[in-house]
This record gives sequence, C-alpha cells and structure tokens, in this order.
Amino acid sequence: MAGFREAQGDLRLENVTKAFSEFVAVDDLSLRVPRGSFFALLGPSGCGKTTTLRMVAGLEQPTSGRILIGDTDLTGSRSYERPVNTVFQSYALFPHLTIRDNVAFGPKRRGLKDAARLADEALELVQLPHLAARKPTQLSGGQQQRVAVARALVNRPEVLLLDEPLGALDLKLRRQMQVELKRIQTEVGLTFIHVTHDQEEAMTMADTVAVMNHGKIEQMGPPAQMYDLPLTAFVANFVGQSNLGEGQVVDTDGDFLVVDVSGSRVKILRRRSQVESGRLVFGVRPEKVRIHRNRPTGIGNDMQATVVDVSFSGVATQYLVTVASGATWSVYEQNLDVEPIDLQPGDRVWMSWDPSHAFAVPDAGAPITDGAVLSDVAPASVAPPIAPAPVDRP
Amino acid sequence: MSTVSTRGTGSTVYRPSMARRIQAWFANRFAMITAVLVLVYLFVPVAYTFAFSFNNYRKTNITWNSEGSPTLKHWKDPCGAPGICEALVNSIQIGAIATLVATILGTLLAFALVRYKFIGRGAGNIMTFIPMATPEIVLGASLLTIFVQGFSNVGLKLGFWTIVIAHIMFCISFVVVTVKARLQSLDPRLEEAAQDLYAGPGATFWRVTFPLVLPGIVGAAMLSFSLSFDDFIITNFVSGSETTFPKFVYVSYLRGIPAQANVIGFSMFAIAVALVIGGQLIGNARKPK
Amino acid sequence: MSALAHAGGGGHAAPVGPPVERRGTWIPYLLLLPGALWLLLFFVVPLVQLFTVSLQSQYPGYPGYYYRDLNVGNYWSALTEFAPHFGRSLLFAGLATFFAFCLAYPLAYAMAFKAGKWRGLMMICVIAPFFTSFILRTIAWRQILSDEGPVASVLNTLHLLPGGHITETWMAVVAGLTYNFLPFMVLPIYASLERADPRVIEAGGDLYANGFTTFRTVTLPMSMPGVLAGTLLTFIPATGDYVNAELLGSDRSTKMVGNVIESQFFKVPGGYPTAAALSFTLMALILALVFVYVRKFGTEELL
Repeated sequence: MAGFREAQGDLRLENVTKAFSEFVAVDDLSLRVPRGSFFALLGPSGCGKTTTLRMVAGLEQPTSGRILIGDTDLTGSRSYERPVNTVFQSYALFPHLTIRDNVAFGPKRRGLKDAARLADEALELVQLPHLAARKPTQLSGGQQQRVAVARALVNRPEVLLLDEPLGALDLKLRRQMQVELKRIQTEVGLTFIHVTHDQEEAMTMADTVAVMNHGKIEQMGPPAQMYDLPLTAFVANFVGQSNLGEGQVVDTDGDFLVVDVSGSRVKILRRRSQVESGRLVFGVRPEKVRIHRNRPTGIGNDMQATVVDVSFSGVATQYLVTVASGATWSVYEQNLDVEPIDLQPGDRVWMSWDPSHAFAVPDAGAPITDGAVLSDVAPASVAPPIAPAPVDRP
Repeated sequence: MSTVSTRGTGSTVYRPSMARRIQAWFANRFAMITAVLVLVYLFVPVAYTFAFSFNNYRKTNITWNSEGSPTLKHWKDPCGAPGICEALVNSIQIGAIATLVATILGTLLAFALVRYKFIGRGAGNIMTFIPMATPEIVLGASLLTIFVQGFSNVGLKLGFWTIVIAHIMFCISFVVVTVKARLQSLDPRLEEAAQDLYAGPGATFWRVTFPLVLPGIVGAAMLSFSLSFDDFIITNFVSGSETTFPKFVYVSYLRGIPAQANVIGFSMFAIAVALVIGGQLIGNARKPK
Repeated sequence: MSALAHAGGGGHAAPVGPPVERRGTWIPYLLLLPGALWLLLFFVVPLVQLFTVSLQSQYPGYPGYYYRDLNVGNYWSALTEFAPHFGRSLLFAGLATFFAFCLAYPLAYAMAFKAGKWRGLMMICVIAPFFTSFILRTIAWRQILSDEGPVASVLNTLHLLPGGHITETWMAVVAGLTYNFLPFMVLPIYASLERADPRVIEAGGDLYANGFTTFRTVTLPMSMPGVLAGTLLTFIPATGDYVNAELLGSDRSTKMVGNVIESQFFKVPGGYPTAAALSFTLMALILALVFVYVRKFGTEELL
C-alpha cells in the first residue's frame, strides 16, 4: 500500500484546533494516550469529541496543530495511510459485500495474501464465524456491531477508534457489548479510543476518561478519581450527579476553607478546592450526604432543608430537598437502618456530610444547574478513597 | 376486531354486527382492492391488444370477426405488414444507442452535481431539470426548427440520427434525476469506512461507490430505454421519413392498423416482463439465505 | 424529482451528509462537460432558434418564406386565436392529473405498505404496459370506449351518458390522458412512501384513533415530495399532448394546444412562426406554473 505509514507508540495530539468557518469545534487540544490503554472521550453532543476522533482517523484535517503516533507525524496524511481504524456509529458495513468480504476489505487493500484467513480469524474473535457468507442486512444490530469491530480489528491498527459504537443497541445488549469490547481490548492489547456521551459507559470501560465541552478537555483522569474530585462545575454534573451551590470564602481553619453558602457556613478541605479565596462553587455528591430529623452533632458540615419528594428504590431512598438558596439537592440514603426515618414532603430536616467529601470548583459565572436535571444515571455506589490530584490538565 | 363489552353482563364477548365487520374488512383492504382494480385498468388495453392479435379481420382490425377467429396467422408472420419490422428494428437500435449515451452522460452529470461544489452547480441543476419540465411538443418543435434551419447546413438531415440525438437529449434528464437520487441516499460513511480501511480514492470509488450506485444506473438505463422506445411526439417532429414502431402504428391508424402491430406490441410487453422477472429470480437465487 | 428514485430499488435511507466538498478542482467540470454540451447544443440552442422563429415575419405572397423580424404580433394572434385551445389544454391536463392522483395514490400506498412479496410484481405491472406502445394502447381505448364498445353500450342502456358518446368527447380525451400518464404519478409517490418509516405511520395511528386523520396528518405530508413530482410529471406532458386529443377526441371541440402546434408545423403553409409562438407561450406558461407550484409546496428535493 503506497503511502502507508507504519507507526508505533502513544497517540499524541499537540495543540490541535479544528474550525468550520465560524464555529470552532476543537480548540487547542493537547493530549497523550498511552499505547495499549482504553481511553474514553466523554461529552455532550456537539462538544467536539467526534471531530477529534475524525481527525485522528484522518477523515478531517486539523486547522492547526499536530497528530502523532509515537514519533511519526501523521498530520496531513489521508485516512487510508494511517495505522488507525474506526468502528463507525452506524457500523457503515458495505451492504453489497458479504460479512467475510467486509472484514477482508482492509487486508485486501493492503495487498495481504491471506486476507480471507485473517478475516475468518477476526470473525472468530467476535464469535461470528458462522455468519461469514451472509450480507449485512441479514444480521441483527448486535451482530452488525461485532462485524464492524472485526472489520477494524483485522487490520491490527495501532489505534482503534470507536465512535459511539453502542449507541444504537438496546440497554441489555449494550451492557453485553461493553464487557465484550473490554475483553477484546485486553486480548489484543491495542489502544482503544472510545467516544461516547454515556458517562456510565465511559466509566465502566475506560482506564482514562477525558471530559470534553465546547471543544476543550475539561478534565482527564481515571474514572474513580474524576468522580471523586471534579475540577469544574461541568464535570461535577456531567460525570455523576452533584449538589452545587455558589459560595464565598470567608475564613480559613487549618486544612480547611470556611465558605458561606447562602447563609450556612460549611468547610472544604483546601486541597479539594480549586479556589483559595473569593467566590467559588461548592459541591457534594448526593450519596455523601446524610439526612436527619434533628440537627446532628460532631459530623462537620450541616445545613437545613425542606423535603420535596421521597422515592424509595429498595437498596436506597432518594430525597429531593430544597435548601435556603432555593436550589434543589438530591440525597441518596442507603437503607441501612432497621427503622427508617419516615419522612414526608414538607418536613424540615437537617443534612450533614463529612467536610473531606465536599469539593469546590471555580465559579465560571454561569448559572448553576440542578444536578438532578443534567445527569440521568445514578452515581457509582461506593466512593473511592480521597486521592491527591495529579491530574494532567490540558 | 371484537372487543370485550364493558356494558351488560361483562362476561360475554362483544361481536360487532355483520355490517360493521364487512365495513372493517373493506377498510382494512381498501388500498389493496383499489390497487388491484387500478392494475386491471392499466392492463385493459394490453389485453385488448393481445386479443385482437388473434382476429381474423377482413379490412380493418377494429371489429371482431368470429369467422375463422381466433387465428394464429399474424403470430406466424409478424413481419407480414410492410415496413413494420424495419420500424421495430429502428426503434430498438435508437433505444439502445440513446440509452447507452444518455446513461453515460447523465451519470457523469449526476456525479458532478451531487459530489462536488463548484461555480455553476445551481445552473447545472436547473439545466438538467428544465428539459423534464418542458412539454415534449416544445422540445420536438424546437429541435425541428434547428435541424431544418441550422444543422442541415452541416449535413445533418432528418432521419435516424436526428431521432437518436433528440432521444439522448430528453433521456439525460431522467438519468440525472434517477442517479442523483441514488447518490444522495448513499451513506457517506460507507466511503469514509472504505478510506479508513486503506482504500485510496480509486479503490474507494470502484469497490464501494460504484457498486452501490450501480442499481440506480441500471434503473436509469431501463427507464431511458422504455421512454425512448415508446416516444412518439418528439420522434414525429424530428424523424423526417424515418419510421419507428410508435410512428408506424400512428401513421397506419388511418388505413387500419395491421394485427402484426398487436403481435409485436404484446411481444415487447411480454419480453420486458420476462426479462425483469428473470432478472429478479436470478438475483434472488444468488442471495444466500 | 428525486422521488423518481424508484428504479434503483433496495437502498435504505441513511442520514445523508453534505456533498463531498472538493473546491477548486477541475474534475466536476470535466464530468459535466459532455452532458452539458449535449444539452446546450440540442436543448438550449434549439429553444433560442425557436424563439427567433416565433418573431419572424412572412414574405407577403410567399408562404413558407420568412425573414428575421421582431414580430411580437405572432404572439398576440396566437394567443387570441387559440385561447380556447390553451384553456382546454390546462383544463384537460388538470382533470387528468387529479384523476391520476386519485387512482395512483391507493396503488402506490398498497405497493409500499400492503403488498409484501407482491411488491416487485406490482412494480412490473405498472411499468410493463409502456412497452406495448402508448399509441397502440390509446387506439385500444378508442375501440373499447367506442359507441359499439362495452362501456358506451352499458352506459347508454342505463341512460347515463348524455349525448350518447364517449369517444369524440372531452371525456375520452381526459380518460386517455389519465391512463397514459398514470405510471408517472404512481412511481414518484411510491418512491417517497417507500422511504417513509412505517413506524412513524403506526405512531400516527396510535395518536389519532381515526384512520383518515392519520392519513391526512402523517402519511400524506410524508409523501408530499412524491405527490409534487408526480403531479408535475403528469401535468406537464398532458398539457402538451396532442395524441390523445387526436385519437380519442373530435375535430372541433376537443383540440388542445398540441394539436394546433402540430398542424401549424406540418399542415398549415407558413405556420412556423405561429407554431413557434404557441410553443413558447406554452413553455413559459408551464414553467411559470411549475415555479409557483414548487414555491408553494416546494421541497429542495425537486431539483
């Protein structure tokens, strides 16, 4: 294959910008994806994650910046010259070719003699060898998805790109494919880059997650760390759910900052705050908050609230409460107590949490949205231990 | 359509009245019944043509002559009417040449108009559309004036080739429209996938784009041939003394159309149906189930 | 009129991206060149020639000999003298388009949603009659509708036929036009219905109890591009047609513009300028109607 670039090593993006006339889709993005890792690009639609993926694939060229694998600069090279393959969102299987010919397409283009054998091996890997002679339209969505994975994997690319590959599948199949993809990645040991807007999918599959918003990476790191200590209000709400409130630093107390949040004084560990003074946004995860009828003593932070809604789900009970500022918080209470506190909407209650569980992010000036609105999936049940934050910031 | 009654005893199954059930049956099948009736309507003249190909008529093939009918004599001698087979051969030759050229030119146009942005694209779209929005008689009239007053000076006389030229002209638009639609409904990600799988521009086109557009091109060619084969109005203007099959039928109408025309007309219909059904059967047989 | 995409068959609709942008290359012009040249030489140039002819004047006393002129009077006399023919053309074509729509829609609908495995066969049935030459089929209609034929005799026995004839009247002409251009109505409507997602229609059936409401608010709007293309593909050729009026109509009361143009060209000495003026008026009229129509109901798909 003329022009094909062999390259090995980490994938690197250096100051990559992509502008479509007026609109800047990707804004001065730099990141490094270690070889052999499972990397997820997470963000809402329109955040630039798909554009980033397409630039890595060579289907778009960056307006400025460089894309490298190892020490080989791939910027400007075409899609067919890169050791990168994509699993497309709609699978993009060739409808006029059989499954075997679909999978053998890449090896044949590269002039490999044993293309058919490689295709059969790849179909073996995705457990579909019995469908090799069919046409794509005769396959179910899940099967087509596996074929798309096989068609990309058969080329043993240095980097495999997954563009929301599970988006079209129903929930059960999606869980199954998540496990499957993770298995395949461990088996073949290639670099996987997975683009998704499903935070749970990103968290369960990836070693490293990067959250993108408005063409920039807001935060990058291991999923547990990102959940425990979000660095921006956007991440706090996009990855899991957070109760947020605008606050003002009024004092310090040893390792803690003392913050006024609409009349209540709360403490935040200094190293868990991105702000040392002035205005900030204070946050705490719903499952870190306890709820009481009477003001508790000796826990640290507390705040009064009014119950708005109670929904019981077996292992836990979710309360929606309003606090003094008028914002709605949600609280997950595990049903551990033998005698549950029987709360009704309208009851006045106290909330409390350990100061070392709270975090603070810069006040971006944007109005704070309710955590309960933005995020649709319950957070992971057990919080990891607090870790210092050696986060690569872009 | 039966529902459990909410009134009365509550345990009996409610059966709608006979009238209601008949009404529901028709409502359910209204479209299909109408469709079959319309198809029958489409076939009435074809059946008439077929029946009268067996007529043992005296002077004109208008009324059924029960003496000696049905007869196979016209089927045994389809070229028996003077000039009819020459006209048929002309029509087939003109259709074939016009289809070939129009399909190639129209496909190139469609690719340019769908796949590229360039100055003049809008004008190109309009230019390929307007011939379809122009009545045939205007096309025929304008071609006649230019052939008589302009191109005859460079040696192009009315006849076979002027018919071919005219047919190519009006077929191009239909080819462009058909191929364009196919190209537009082509998922652009298929070509991206090909590129992603190491296919350069040439391989992407020949291995992915072209095979996927091919059914549209074949359809356009079939449409071209049927339009050309059945055209009368434009042909009548630009043919001079040359005859095509529709023109032969039209001209002989006053004297009485020979039953051989019925034989040939019905045979063309039967051949077309057989070819299409045969093609589909072969296509189905190739598809592994 | 991309709704004509019927012939291609089996392509499933996919989200379509923008055309591949490759600016500043000469490839599109190369692809365009042969076809555009052909259309220029054999469509545009002849129309220009026809336009100049429509303004020519005749040498007095020498029928058939003209000189270049700007004789706008050709248009005036063509329009005044043949106004009834124009009216008839539009009326007959309009009626035929309406009837064709009424017949074509149920057929297209059945093909798209009800036919199942019979779909292919039905498609063949729609296209195949083309091959029996439309002249032959029109003449067949003349015999079937003639006074001695079954239709007229039945209607006459029932005293349902004022005047006693079908042929030689406008009824036969409209029937012929309807029949001949029916496939041009069926195919685009079918193509646009076939692309519609039946689940959307089911959802419509879920929201509105009434089948007719579902049809009016969901199915019909979805097939609008096809209806638009179909009505144009029927109306335009029907307006310019003269074969149906010639074979099924009478000499006086059913002649259309097409008949006049044809006879001015072939039968009236010195008729060229009049015929050209009529042709041009007809074309302008139709283009204007198409333009208004597309503006009103229009979709970009048409172009």
